[in-house]
Amino acid sequence: MFMLTVNGLKRQIDVVPEMPLLWVLRDELGITSPKYGCGIAQCGACTVQIDGVAVRSCQARMADVAGKAITTLEAVGNGKLHPVQEAWIEHQVPQCGYCQAGQIIQAISLLETIPQPTDEDINEVMSGNLCRCGTYERIRAAIHAAAEKMGGK
Amino acid sequence: MGEMPHLSRRSFVFGSVAVASGVAFGQFAQAQQAVSSAATTNPLAAGLGPHSVTFNPWVEISPERITLIAQHADKGQGVGSIQPLLIAEELDLEPDQFEIRFAGPSPAYFNTGFAHELAPFMAADQSPEAEKARAAALEWLRKAGLQMTGGSSTIPDTYDKLRMAGAVTRETLKAAAAKRTGVAAADLRTEAGNVVLPDGTKIPYVALSADAAKITPIADVKLREPSQWRFIGKPMERLDIRSKVTGDMKFGIDRKMDGMVYAAVKLNPNKGQPIRSYDASKAQSMPGVKKILKISNGIAVIATNSWYAMQAAERVDCTWEPSKYPAEQAEHWNVVASSFAPQFLAKEWRHDGDIDTGLKDGTLVEAEYRAPYVGHQPLEPLNGIGIVTDTGMEIWAGHQTPQSVQYIAATAIGMKPEQVTFHNEWMGGSFGHRLEFENIRVLAEIANQLRGTPVKLVFSREQDFLQDIPRQIAMGRYRGSVKDGKIIAADFQVAATAPFKELLARMGAPSNDPDGQLAVGIWNVYYDIPNYRATSFEVQGLSPSTTWRSVGASANGFFTESFIDELIHAAGLDPLMARIQMCKIPIYRKLMETVGEMADWKGPLGSGKGRGVAFVESFGTSVAEIVEVTMTDFGIKIDKVWVAADVGKVVDPVNFENLVQGGVVWGLGHAMNCELTYAKGAVQQTNYHHHEAMRMYQCPVIEVRGLENDYTVRGIGEPPVPPAAPALANAIFAATGKRIREMPFNKFIDFV
Repeated sequence: MFMLTVNGLKRQIDVVPEMPLLWVLRDELGITSPKYGCGIAQCGACTVQIDGVAVRSCQARMADVAGKAITTLEAVGNGKLHPVQEAWIEHQVPQCGYCQAGQIIQAISLLETIPQPTDEDINEVMSGNLCRCGTYERIRAAIHAAAEKMGGK
Repeated sequence: MGEMPHLSRRSFVFGSVAVASGVAFGQFAQAQQAVSSAATTNPLAAGLGPHSVTFNPWVEISPERITLIAQHADKGQGVGSIQPLLIAEELDLEPDQFEIRFAGPSPAYFNTGFAHELAPFMAADQSPEAEKARAAALEWLRKAGLQMTGGSSTIPDTYDKLRMAGAVTRETLKAAAAKRTGVAAADLRTEAGNVVLPDGTKIPYVALSADAAKITPIADVKLREPSQWRFIGKPMERLDIRSKVTGDMKFGIDRKMDGMVYAAVKLNPNKGQPIRSYDASKAQSMPGVKKILKISNGIAVIATNSWYAMQAAERVDCTWEPSKYPAEQAEHWNVVASSFAPQFLAKEWRHDGDIDTGLKDGTLVEAEYRAPYVGHQPLEPLNGIGIVTDTGMEIWAGHQTPQSVQYIAATAIGMKPEQVTFHNEWMGGSFGHRLEFENIRVLAEIANQLRGTPVKLVFSREQDFLQDIPRQIAMGRYRGSVKDGKIIAADFQVAATAPFKELLARMGAPSNDPDGQLAVGIWNVYYDIPNYRATSFEVQGLSPSTTWRSVGASANGFFTESFIDELIHAAGLDPLMARIQMCKIPIYRKLMETVGEMADWKGPLGSGKGRGVAFVESFGTSVAEIVEVTMTDFGIKIDKVWVAADVGKVVDPVNFENLVQGGVVWGLGHAMNCELTYAKGAVQQTNYHHHEAMRMYQCPVIEVRGLENDYTVRGIGEPPVPPAAPALANAIFAATGKRIREMPFNKFIDFV
């Protein structure tokens, strides 16, 4: 039995130690914003925050994340929209939307490290997040807009 | 500009594509007879609650809520938003005043948007014969009752009919309010979900549902003038954006049911072939595993969690029946190359002038082009939930052809299509993948062995790659000649597997007629070339293939627009100016002039930079693109793309731009670095690192302009794809002098 704090709630989980966090969240806890896309850290759709750091949850074994605090897209705004989410809505980024939870979590992480990123910074950090619909330009624009919003605070 | 020239066309014998499809879909219609008695029946009527009303298959009003039905499935292209908004435009609803539900299977939702594609006339042809053929094609479609999302047809299908559905509803609600209040309907107006009386009193639509159910719907309605529109043509927020940004959106893969078990599969990678035997001894005792089942082409592991199921499925040792197609990729290409032969001739789609004389008369240019198998691989893997009981099956999955889901599932388990209830889901992409049925058939087989238990099937990414029915494999053998600075002959021959015909066969509606998709991009070419021939050959005995975003044009557009570039170069002309001068259709010339203005085209750039242009019409929509590249020390860098597309009317401008940008990314990314190749009968690429397409660092700025010169409204989901690859190849030629004639391009040149 493992303990995990997910979006502020303590949860008990009974799975094998090797199970990646992604399936713990989705199939055991019913938290569905982290998505299964590739299972091998090639697409980034499963990205969540583990103790505040953006991580591919398909690569994080249960035994290694036990006791840690997990935040998924459902809770990144603490009950409101995060400025990155606001920018995503204003720029109407998603098409199918399946990759966007991962994109948004990765973008939040980027902006925490580099508050005013250049296009090159964005390309470097965001290129691990695949978008099959091709919304990259809107993601770039939304990250710049979110940087503005967050810088203004 | 003069009159619209009368284009050469496929012979107007309704024995060609239109009838072929009509006959094919006609069989489909027969199968549907049992499901619903006629296309005129409103499928919503049967499920109405008390005091509720429906006026047409798209609107349902109960005392509690207004529900608008989206008949086209949403794969991310935004039609789950624009369909209800087209109704709301006339019905005077605000975006938060209704619920959206995807349509169940019914011939009432037949797709009128295919009429243009099925009629054997070019898109720009407005002659009486062309319009007559389109009207006839529409009647075939009505009779067939085929409900399909695809072919960039959602807007052409729904633009009028959903506004009409909204208008009928509005006028009928006003009539009900008039009857109740005694105020003449002409003195009533509607606003934000209410009928408003002259004194300002508001009656909510939902409060009128019971009354409205008792009166005959008002059929004689007039659509509003564009000047009155609140949504159409204006920037609006897609209705699904917020839920996709907050994580609230539930895709098919996110659905959960009480008592549900999880299933994963290992299927024969020799597509279409059964399993011989298996040994599950290693998998049986793995954690979470409940059961291991044999299905016709593999095994399924039933477990308490998808991950347990996938892990165990990989540990089952299976012996497969070998493939019927060649085991190795090189042999696939050999078969394609040997298919330019009379016995494989599908059709000579067009022959203007005298091709033999034309080719001899000038300087001959010859080239061979290739387009490989490519995967669809939407990010949401194939999945579905199914429950089989002794009386029927219920399925929850995202699919583009609801009636075919019924047919495939029923056939797999010996039931009748009408015994299958299908619920469509929001999809995490498709690109043609969810027109196929592998997950549906497998789900039915598994759930049939676990009667009474809901089964959630999720394909692993690796299984999804291995079972992905790819784009057609294609080769173009092109010849042309130039004389005195003009292109005087063009002879385009394409040999390819037949994607749409194969899809129809799998849907249970086989056709013996040539695949019309293999004509797209070689037949509908609008340049003034006096001696012109376009021929397709259908390759037999290779991997199954299917529709991949933009279908025939995705390969043929690359061949034709690259080769046209070669001819223009041989004639010593400017690639853009020559295309504009040769183009016979005024609005298409305007389109190319526009993209030239956007890019400020002034001929060669020099210093390692190059620009390429391409123009392709597919699904009736004309798109011109210019790509600019720089040759760097690390390879080709794509700097910028300009796109002009003419859709007659840009209905949803923000989403329009997003779809065009996405289509360009799709076209460029797969042309750069994607192919599926066979070895030992199985596809060798099993995850995204083998089949990457475009990532953020390679994505250029893509500037988009929508034009509205076409005479009818057109779709935009697929048409931005075909010009992207040739525009890139032509840009690489301009920058480096290297002509790339085969996708993916990274076999021949590096990209940054």
